[in-house]
This record gives sequence, C-alpha cells and structure tokens, in this order.
Amino acid sequence: MEKNTVDARGLSCPQPVLMTKKAMESGDKAYEIIVDNGTAKENVTRFAQNAGYKVSVTEIDGDFHLTAVK
Amino acid sequence: MCFMKDKKAMVGIIVTGAVVGLISAVLVHFGNPGNMGFCIACFLRDIAGATKLHSAGVVQYFRPEIIGLIIGALAMAIFSKEFSPKGGSSPVTRFVLGFFVMVGALVFLGCPLRMVLRIGGGDLNGIVGLVGFACGILAGIFFLNKGFSLKRTYSLPKTEALAFPISMVALFLLSLLVPALFVFSAEGPGSMRAPVALALAAGLIVGAMAQKSRLCMVAGIRDVVLFKDWKMLVGFVTIIAAVLIGNLAFGQFKLGFAEQPIAHALFLWNFLGMVVVGFGSVLLGGCPLRQIILSAEGNTDSVVTVLGYLAGAAFCHNFGLAAAAVNGPSINGKIAVIVGLVVMAAIAAANTKKAAR
Repeated sequence: MEKNTVDARGLSCPQPVLMTKKAMESGDKAYEIIVDNGTAKENVTRFAQNAGYKVSVTEIDGDFHLTAVK
Repeated sequence: MCFMKDKKAMVGIIVTGAVVGLISAVLVHFGNPGNMGFCIACFLRDIAGATKLHSAGVVQYFRPEIIGLIIGALAMAIFSKEFSPKGGSSPVTRFVLGFFVMVGALVFLGCPLRMVLRIGGGDLNGIVGLVGFACGILAGIFFLNKGFSLKRTYSLPKTEALAFPISMVALFLLSLLVPALFVFSAEGPGSMRAPVALALAAGLIVGAMAQKSRLCMVAGIRDVVLFKDWKMLVGFVTIIAAVLIGNLAFGQFKLGFAEQPIAHALFLWNFLGMVVVGFGSVLLGGCPLRQIILSAEGNTDSVVTVLGYLAGAAFCHNFGLAAAAVNGPSINGKIAVIVGLVVMAAIAAANTKKAAR
C-alpha cells in the first residue's frame, strides 16, 4: 500500500496532479493522494476521475486524503 | 479528450469568464484606458507610480480595482474556509521571477489577462503575444515534466498572511484621505479611470469569483498540454467572447495591428515579452491575476511575487525598460527581456531535479 501513496502536501498545482499522474503510470487499482489545499483537491479529483477512478475525500487535520479506486 | 465529469466547475469557470469579460468592457466604457478593463501588470505599475516608486508621469494612479480584487478574494476565501496562511516555497526566487514577469509584461504592454482583453478588442498584436505566451508556457512545462519545483510551503501564523491585504487597504484609504502624499497622472493612461466606486466594485466581484473558480490565464494552456484538462482554457476563451460582445455593444471594437490603445506593433517584442511572461508564470504556478488572488487568501509566496511585480514595475520605468505605445521597447527594454529569459532558464534548471527512482 505504501508505494501507492502520493504525499503532495505543501505543493501547489500543477505539481500534485503531476505526481498523481506519474504514480498512476504503474496502472494499479488504488491510490491515496494527500494534499493540503482546495485547488489541489479539486484538480487531483478531476484528473483521477478523467483517468477512470472513483474518488472519495476525507479531511484529516486540515489535509485532504483522496482515495482513488478503479 | 476530457470527460466533463465536473460540470459544476465548468459552469463556474464559464460564468466567471463571462463576468470578467463584460465587466472589463464596462470599465473601459466608463473611463479606463482601451482594452484595459483589467490589467494586473498595468495596475500595479500605476500603483508603483502613485506611490512614487517610479516617476513616469503618465502611469501614476492608485487603481481601486487591485484593492477590490484583494478584498473580494479575501472575503470569499474566509467565507469558503479556504483562507490558509502559508509560505516558504523559495520566496526570493519567486521575487526574482515576479520581477522579470513584470518586465516581459511591460514590454508587451499587458499581463496575460490584458492580452486576452486586447484580443477581444480586435488588437491583433494580442494574438502575437498569445503565440509567445504559449511558447513560454511550453518552456515551463518542459521543466515541470523534468521535475521542476520551488519546494513545499509551510503553515504560518494568521498575522503573516493578513499583513499584505491590510497594508494594501490602508495605503488605498490613505490615498483617498490624504491624496497630496501620492501622485496621480494628469494625462496619459494613468489619467484614464473609471469612477472609484465602480472600479472598486468591479474588483470585488471579480476577486470573489476568481477565488472561487481559481481563474488563471496560464493554467488554461498549461493544463490542456499536461493533463488534457480543458476547464481553464474554457474560461480563457469565454473572457475573449464576453469582452468582444461588450466591446461591440459599446462601440469599442477596432480590428487591426496599428494604432491600438496602449500597444505597439513590433512583432518580435510582443512575442518575446510574452514568452517571458508565460515561462515565468508557469514556474510561479499562476498568472499575475492568480498571484493577486492567492496573495489575499494567505499565500505569502504570492505576496512576495506581487512585491516582485511592484519592484519590477518601478525598475521598468526608472531604467527605461517599459515599451512606449507606438514605438515599442527601448534597447534597455530589449536587453532586459533577454536577461529575463536567461535568468528564468537558469532558475528553472537549478530547481529541476530528476526524480529519484
């Protein structure tokens, strides 16, 4: 599970989306992406959905944990 | 092609683009210079002039639009619980990038938002700028794909994030209460102004909507190339369409290269000026409008970027770098654009690390 976690906290777009894109090149079924701002949350969500993933978001201590599942 | 799954975001960006375009045409109708309903570069340059950071007599005015944008974005960010004090992502590098983005913008004569407004006003030099802008963005994307990063931000106290918006509002109030401390142009673009209340209200509306929709001129082309994400480009095109309609309605549309308001028709320098703006803005993560909005919602790196713009604007006029309408940039301005390109390439290369695999 560890290798499918993308920690993009502190980074602003487009970097979180680029990191997600890179990680998803491994073609796995599930990823967790952690971001800390609303713009990154929206952009990563949109990117993952367009790549065919279902995305759910949980907010923990001000960070957004996105779970993308195919 | 992209699947429009995020309909709400798409509607939001279209409405924002339409409002920005129409308000821009209205501001010009009520007194702003031609195709300059909004121009972050020009307005910051005017503010730098009003506060005597430079003394170019024709571009000195404390533009209320900027203050409106800041208050509107701050209010919307607090309302949507997105006000988030943070910073520390290579601030000094951002200052330098902001400085040269301003140099490029003042050689072209407009930030990316004004470039779009110029296109919608029939100024074909705007299209030349757009080609340069796109090339600059592609240069930035090249480095992004190689791992360019200005590193992460960290949380900061609220006072740190409020210092800039409060200072700007205080300075603006001072300009209203004790105008003798400031200089306001008696002629030239700085003397062409929509009424203060209208300009302020326009800024408030656009600031709030741009915060909510993340409107950014550089993200349009960038996100299509990087992710086939069309959201921002739709906003970009909507602004052109809306301002075009507004300009036609007010009789402000004029097609051609020559004799356009606050513009010159030197292809190479319109092109290169916007290459610098596009390149620098991708490295910064957003266009000047977006940096203003972020500076209001707690991003102190964007505050430093805006301070870089202000310093850049002051130097542009103190050192004769800014282009003159009709005649275009001086030799100093041309050299500064080339220096800007070199500095940006050096910054991009120095901050690009191959991902460890």
